[in-house]
Amino acid sequence: MTINLNVTSAGTRENRLGSITGYAGDLHDLVNQSRCGTLKERERCFSQSSSCDAGCALSQLAYIRDVAIINHAPSGCTAMASATVVAHTQLAAKRGLTYDTIFLGTDMDENDTIFGATIGLREIILETYNRYKPNAIFVGTSCVSGIIGEDVDSIINELASEIPIPLAAVHCEGFKSRVWASGFDAADHAVLTSLVKPPQRKTKFINFKNFNESARGEITELFANFGVEPFFLYSNSTVEELSHIAEALATVSICGTLGTYLGNALEEKYGVPYIKTINPLGIAGFEIWLREIGRVIHQETEVEAYIERERAKYLPKIEEIKKELKGLRAVLGMGASYAFQISRVLQELEIEVVWVASWHYDTKYDNNEIPPHVEYLEKESPYNFKVSVSDQQNFEILNILNTYQPDIYLARHPGTTVWAIKQGIAAFFLADEYKTFGYRGTLDFAQTILDTIRNRSFEKNLAARITLPYTDWWYQQNHAAFLKEDSK
Amino acid sequence: MPKILDQPRYKCALGAMQTVHSITKALPILHSGPGCADKLSGSQGGSGHFAPRIFPCTNLNEKDVIFGGEEGLRDVIANALKIVNADLYVVLSGCSSEIVGDDMQEVVRSFKNAEKPVVFASTAGFKGNNFLGHEWVIQAIIEQYLKPADKKTKGLVNIWASVPQHDPFWYGNLFELENLITQLGLTPNTIFGYDRGIKNIDKIPEAEFNLLVSPWVGLSNVKLLEEKFQTPYLHLPTLPIGAFETSKFLREVGNFAGIDKEKVEDIITENEKKYYYFIERFADVFLETRIMAKRFVVISDAQYSLAITKFLVNDVGLFPSKQYITDNAPEEYQEAIKGYFKELNWNIEAEVAFLSDGHLIQDEIKETYFSGYPLIIGSSWDKKVAEQTQAHYLSVSWPVNERLVINSSYVGYGGGLKLLEDIYSVVLTRFN
Repeated sequence: MTINLNVTSAGTRENRLGSITGYAGDLHDLVNQSRCGTLKERERCFSQSSSCDAGCALSQLAYIRDVAIINHAPSGCTAMASATVVAHTQLAAKRGLTYDTIFLGTDMDENDTIFGATIGLREIILETYNRYKPNAIFVGTSCVSGIIGEDVDSIINELASEIPIPLAAVHCEGFKSRVWASGFDAADHAVLTSLVKPPQRKTKFINFKNFNESARGEITELFANFGVEPFFLYSNSTVEELSHIAEALATVSICGTLGTYLGNALEEKYGVPYIKTINPLGIAGFEIWLREIGRVIHQETEVEAYIERERAKYLPKIEEIKKELKGLRAVLGMGASYAFQISRVLQELEIEVVWVASWHYDTKYDNNEIPPHVEYLEKESPYNFKVSVSDQQNFEILNILNTYQPDIYLARHPGTTVWAIKQGIAAFFLADEYKTFGYRGTLDFAQTILDTIRNRSFEKNLAARITLPYTDWWYQQNHAAFLKEDSK
Repeated sequence: MPKILDQPRYKCALGAMQTVHSITKALPILHSGPGCADKLSGSQGGSGHFAPRIFPCTNLNEKDVIFGGEEGLRDVIANALKIVNADLYVVLSGCSSEIVGDDMQEVVRSFKNAEKPVVFASTAGFKGNNFLGHEWVIQAIIEQYLKPADKKTKGLVNIWASVPQHDPFWYGNLFELENLITQLGLTPNTIFGYDRGIKNIDKIPEAEFNLLVSPWVGLSNVKLLEEKFQTPYLHLPTLPIGAFETSKFLREVGNFAGIDKEKVEDIITENEKKYYYFIERFADVFLETRIMAKRFVVISDAQYSLAITKFLVNDVGLFPSKQYITDNAPEEYQEAIKGYFKELNWNIEAEVAFLSDGHLIQDEIKETYFSGYPLIIGSSWDKKVAEQTQAHYLSVSWPVNERLVINSSYVGYGGGLKLLEDIYSVVLTRFN
């Protein structure tokens, strides 16, 4: 077990899960090296701006709708506050809820870097409590607070007797991890250590770890077939609700990267089963996942009946559209779970996966097993394919796209699809984590791909009129030219 | 009161990467953590020729923090010169690289013979906010890139206004300022936006004068340009919105540039006639919309708080309540800025607070007497207090998350009409 809830920090994925952000090879090599423990980080001698674990951790906690997040950092680190609050206010409004979470910062300045800022931090925590009376306060650390050695844990301990709500430090110093997904774990760790209470009773709820609960209605309906209800987190959740997640029947996640820490920790500490199958994207993913849920909650028969019913409804339509997709070639740039899960869905639709760029890669998950989606592909993929690990390094992606000229580029994080279309390549931004969920999602996804490649106006119009940011020289190099061979 | 950043309305100095980004084909190179550009790129319209995900960045990690990141920076700059096709490379420091003491100036100096210019600006986030960071980037370009011109070009005017990208209307405003200057027969020179860039930067030293249209941001830059190139500057604190302020702007610039007064007056007369054609046609809306009251409050940077206050008082006949300036304007400028709010027509004066704590501002607004529904002009942060006070609400300054601004402008005669359109498009959604 990699998780230790008796310390204040989740640690980095590099240390816990052998995660890397630099690699060039293929699927089989990646799986083999993961098994043998030989996979090593390859550093870059050129890199482009990526994302940090602090942004990831704090935006996760900001999904909770009745807390305060205090970013112990200079102002720029808190620049994300407004976009985060606005998005979550919109998510709450969709459900007729109010979003009361506060996201503020300590505005660390030069004096703070010289004399320290823990006294100011203490005052700000108290002031935040007095102003807003949130139901919990999370204090995020930053590069600056980390480098100057601010002892945030001690401040939190001191204030625990003065403020009658859960307080937790969120250790997410941006320089500590190259893997921003370490921030998911930092957020989970803070929730697990400060909010989650030991179970008092069993409930009918299944914890559903996701981002924006766009398929809430659909999943509520799905689970009702089996007499259970989903509890979506962290979107629109409250401190009180989260305190009960150890009472759930099981934990599931829409994304392996997102779920590993919380799911495995709840299983390890409180015996809440974590569904560790591939995720419910595409047909195989959905069925394998649902059958495992059925097994865990003893609803096997009902699950089989449901699958049979839905297959009859959707599979003919999916078969029909597959005829038009067959033979298309795709390149993907996504997080470590989605990159491989969407590859599987594309293969189900008979679209050829030419290249997978995974923003990072976890050699194992917190249950010490290789991520199930890569093992599945190793067994089931009709062919080996190229894989690179690249934390949103557009220079590598554009080089790859230029070399392989796919029919479509798919990405799940902002800031890369636009560059594909500038090269004239159709692209789809797969923002919604439920875009390929189950049968309905698979069909929608297939239709969207078809729509995307059938109207090429936008990318062709733009590509014909702009110049690319990279030099011709770069396009003639190998995409991995700036990956160093040796690593330390 | 603790130094609390509640509802941030400014970013850190590294936010000045947006200033570099707005110079076509200038490329910021960040010696910072991996998430800095990501967080600072929050505004829309960031996918230009370059974009934050194209900006080279050393993505500092633990090893760099312990052993220093100078070699990593050297590699990234050297390779950026090979991979990315830019006219100007601006190396920007972040917090981590500054605290661990990397000698970035020295690293950048070693590229002085590179094919393309490479300059360095210290923009560590803890050193100041993005308004100052913007000035530091311009200062770096002036000090490290610009060379004295062998001639001055009569009528060539460098225009400096707001902070690009951070100000959602930066593009439209700047280009409208260019149009106004052009009407006077002068030749504007700006460095940001479409078809500007390094060829215009090269022309900065030969300008006849610098025109700064901003309450305080950029003042240190035009002073430096005066010192370095003996270029005089005209400082107009108010961004001209609507007829009164735009006509005043044309007179002041015309006067400074020595343009024939009669010519200036002819331009003003024609513009005002056209402007008042529209005001006349829509005066019924402004006068006879029952839900519109008289009092307004602006919660914004010094630029918009001042400019919108002047417009709504001098053109539209509204009355200012206490106004808020949230950009952390340095103390040395605050007295002067307060003074500008006392120069309103009909002896009207507006009280001003320099305050960036959104919670305190909104508490005051909740207690303010507006004699009707308030008009609140601010940022996305002010939507909530607007709901609580049943106010008309328009977001104009960062952060603006729920409206899209491409190239529209609030500057000039047309800009005043545009602001009225935007305000009344909100007002008209309610009857009572």
